[in-house]
Amino acid sequence: MPFSAQPPASGERYALSASLDNARHLSSLLRAVHFQDHATCLATASGLRVTVEDAKCIQANAFIQAEIFQEFSVQEESVMFRISLSVLLDCLTIFGTSSVPGTSTALRMCYRGYGYPLTLFLEEGGVVTVCKINTQEPEELLDFDFCSTKVVNKIILQSEGLREAFAELDMTSEVLQITMSPDKPYFRLSTFGNAGSAHLDYPRDSDLIEAFHCNQTQTNRYKISLLKPSTKALALSCKVSIRTDAQGFLSLQYMIRNEDGQICFVEYYCCPDENITEAER
Amino acid sequence: LSRIGDELYLEPTQSGLSLRAVNSSRSAFASFLFAPLFFQLYEPGSAGPDAELFRCKVHMKSFLGVFRSLPSLEKSVGKCLILLKPRASRLVLQLHCKHGVTKTHNLAFQECERLQAVFDTQRCASCLCAPARVLAEAVVHFPLTLAEVTLGTGPGGKISLRNYVEDEAEPSKTMVTELWLAEDEFQLVAVTPDSHITFCLKEFRGLLSFAEASNLPLTIHFDEPGRPVIFTLDDTVLEVHLVLATLSDLESSSHSPSTNGASHLPAPSDDFADDLESYMAAMETSEGCSEGAPSPNFSLRTPQPADSKPEGEEEEEEEEEGAVPGTPPHKKFRSLFFGSVMTPGRPGPATAQEVLAEDSDGEG
Repeated sequence: MPFSAQPPASGERYALSASLDNARHLSSLLRAVHFQDHATCLATASGLRVTVEDAKCIQANAFIQAEIFQEFSVQEESVMFRISLSVLLDCLTIFGTSSVPGTSTALRMCYRGYGYPLTLFLEEGGVVTVCKINTQEPEELLDFDFCSTKVVNKIILQSEGLREAFAELDMTSEVLQITMSPDKPYFRLSTFGNAGSAHLDYPRDSDLIEAFHCNQTQTNRYKISLLKPSTKALALSCKVSIRTDAQGFLSLQYMIRNEDGQICFVEYYCCPDENITEAER
Repeated sequence: LSRIGDELYLEPTQSGLSLRAVNSSRSAFASFLFAPLFFQLYEPGSAGPDAELFRCKVHMKSFLGVFRSLPSLEKSVGKCLILLKPRASRLVLQLHCKHGVTKTHNLAFQECERLQAVFDTQRCASCLCAPARVLAEAVVHFPLTLAEVTLGTGPGGKISLRNYVEDEAEPSKTMVTELWLAEDEFQLVAVTPDSHITFCLKEFRGLLSFAEASNLPLTIHFDEPGRPVIFTLDDTVLEVHLVLATLSDLESSSHSPSTNGASHLPAPSDDFADDLESYMAAMETSEGCSEGAPSPNFSLRTPQPADSKPEGEEEEEEEEEGAVPGTPPHKKFRSLFFGSVMTPGRPGPATAQEVLAEDSDGEG
């Protein structure tokens, strides 16, 4: 591990400095939230959170805990900046994206503070690449104010049960309708596309469902184009928790196990679609 | 069926569920009849004494979209329920999958008239039957882009398959592939000697892959050039028919098929290598290809409302088939004549001597 012993070049402290033996632990998670070009990074003592938003309706967060890193230090209470996620991913995968077992890209990240670029040192097989990515003023993030006390319905599912469903969603439908209920149909995903409507029903006693806590029948619609990117997070994850609150806001939390068996989380928040007409069933 | 048409016709009958398709130029028709025994439960519904059972058509793509991934279907789906709900205007396809998951698709359908091509295997002079594998292995030698193929009968009961080459094609730039199958490759050979037919390969390939996958022998009924060729697959619970129009020889020419250029060429005997050489030499020198070869100059049948049609012929939405501007002007197939069918579920015998009707309008 070539970098951990290197002192900062100028002797100054970095606002954020982190080392990771396998950059894939970071890049695969970031890909799961990469549906917009830019992301906001927040680094605190507990780890790194990368947030992507769209249309003021949807927000995705990727959490990489400090424990995942070989070294992780944040000088102030928190460090926040906006950065091009596309460029960041391109740099993290600069040695290629194929995951040959045994080879991995080592990463060191340094950020001096406000106004400075994010510097990446990437090494694989003795070859070192240095990348400097400009950072921007962080924008205000949406606050969905979603906390566990406000949850009305909650279902925890094994991801394999949903993967095919999300991959095959009828994209000619404008919305994805989610019904959660203590009574039939319990948990239903519906689309209303050009060919007609389609409903996917999961009974509460299905062995795919690990936890079923539905108190009220709720049917909410979400713009399918906004939710479709979450398929990437679903594909990586082993479990997913689906929660809605009284306003119909949706929280999808994905539990992802990386190559070393460590757990990380990705979550998606989505507002219900207001402009809907009562569609045919 | 999707290789033939864009719409899937569903017709429940007392003898089973019939799924049918026709192509836009009405030169190919296929039907799959699934007997009631094929299903765990088959309820065609009740029809009054004069009323027929309800039938409908759906967009092929919509229907296929329900059964998107075959490997995952096999792994995860236990049962499929098909319900036709006329009052709700919906065709319901419900897949019962593992883990208790249910996928319900409500497809919109359109009402339609009965789709039936007129054909009669009894009236075909020639008949061949072979395992699908034999024909599949033969057809693999032709490029995927090949449009038409000619099936012919030669001396010694040999059957030939040759790619059909248009007259306009330059002889020096065309590649001709011909292969001969011995009589013993077939389960049945009852053919008129020196006969040949030319039909569209694309639609045939679709049926061939189905036949191969289901390991069923394929029977080919054919007659003179211009009369439809009928491919059938038979099983205890499934009956498949594919009817393709064939190229006919020039109307104005009094040439019988035997004066077709091809028959001037020596058919390969068992001593294949030598004969191939003389065969190729004959090909280069003969004018045969231009004289007497099936000449494609019949008009495309695109049923216009102005066409005079006998009573009882089905009406399809004409706007789908109106003018077919993209159709190549040269080679066209006679379209199959759709007439009314006397008895439901069986192909009706042609009432007129001349089954295939010429398109009466001028070429457009």
